Amino acid sequence: MAITVRVPTPLRRLTDGQGEIEVNASTVREAIEKLEEMYPGFKERILDDKGEVRRFVNLYLNDEDIRFLKGTETELKDGDVLSIVPAIAGG
Amino acid sequence: MFQFTEEQIKRYARHIILPEVGGKGQEKLLKSRVLVIGAGGLGSPALFYLAAAGVGTLGIVDYDVVDFSNLQRQILHTTQRVGISKVESASETLKALNPDVKVITYNTMINKDNIVDIIKDYDLVLDGTDNFPTRFLINDACYFERIPLVSAAMLRFEGQCTVFDFRHRDLSPCYRCLFPEPPPPGLIPSCQEAGILGSIGGIMGCIQATEAIKMILGIGEPLVGKLLIMDALSMEFKKVKLRKDPSCPLCGDEPKITGLIEYDQSCEARF
Repeated sequence: MAITVRVPTPLRRLTDGQGEIEVNASTVREAIEKLEEMYPGFKERILDDKGEVRRFVNLYLNDEDIRFLKGTETELKDGDVLSIVPAIAGG
Repeated sequence: MFQFTEEQIKRYARHIILPEVGGKGQEKLLKSRVLVIGAGGLGSPALFYLAAAGVGTLGIVDYDVVDFSNLQRQILHTTQRVGISKVESASETLKALNPDVKVITYNTMINKDNIVDIIKDYDLVLDGTDNFPTRFLINDACYFERIPLVSAAMLRFEGQCTVFDFRHRDLSPCYRCLFPEPPPPGLIPSCQEAGILGSIGGIMGCIQATEAIKMILGIGEPLVGKLLIMDALSMEFKKVKLRKDPSCPLCGDEPKITGLIEYDQSCEARF
């Protein structure tokens, strides 16, 4: 499935400055693995040692938090947008 | 019927002419009490517009003094006021803009011992602070006191904003539904370390002020249950769903947090 991943600015250091990346993947986990292949170091920013999404990072498939879908096993379809949203605290 | 002075009728004419505001709405604004925590990048524009709008009582919490490095975005302050307290500087600017506004300043670092006393008499709180521990503390205190919270944050070219309507806390999510606990110190950089485009504060602070005014007037659809995410580089705004998490440690089915807690304040870049 061809999906778009939206990358927040703190992670764009890893993606050569790109904010949107197209990947082919059937689940959220697979999309993260693909991103890791393209940009080594990407995965550890999103997932912890156990492979769970870090608690201060949220992943949204279109407008829904994947925690309320099937987590990283959530299936993707063509045209989906996966947004990575880390907690930020600047004021 | 509220008696506006002639000057007030002129001052608020562009509000009063709006059917959604009118004289009754302007009266609500003048009788409202809003607390802004942090008189910095978000608090500056938010306070400016809340004061201009005629919010009758504005509380400002900040323990810092004005520094040259603030002036790129913290537009309440001026070059001449470098070195004086931010709350004093903010108060001076706001009183000059609108003498209708009663400004109450709290020149103190907010903590678990003073937060309830500070927030309890306000109708609404705006979070414009610059660190996670304080954000969690404000969320928890507003939840316990059932005071609605308009929360925004920013970094580099990005901003986030949402509203937690703790008047209806059985329905509203909270900050911990979004992020259950603060990141370990060192994982998420602060503006000081990572930079912030000054005008981002203008955008996000004005969104906070707008949401606050909507809440006071009871108009439109505030960002309750929605997280607004802004990316200024592509100038894209996206709204995602923010659901109440049944496993939330504060407002979930089996809450583990039943009193105020404080986390360590420390920061260093990594994410």
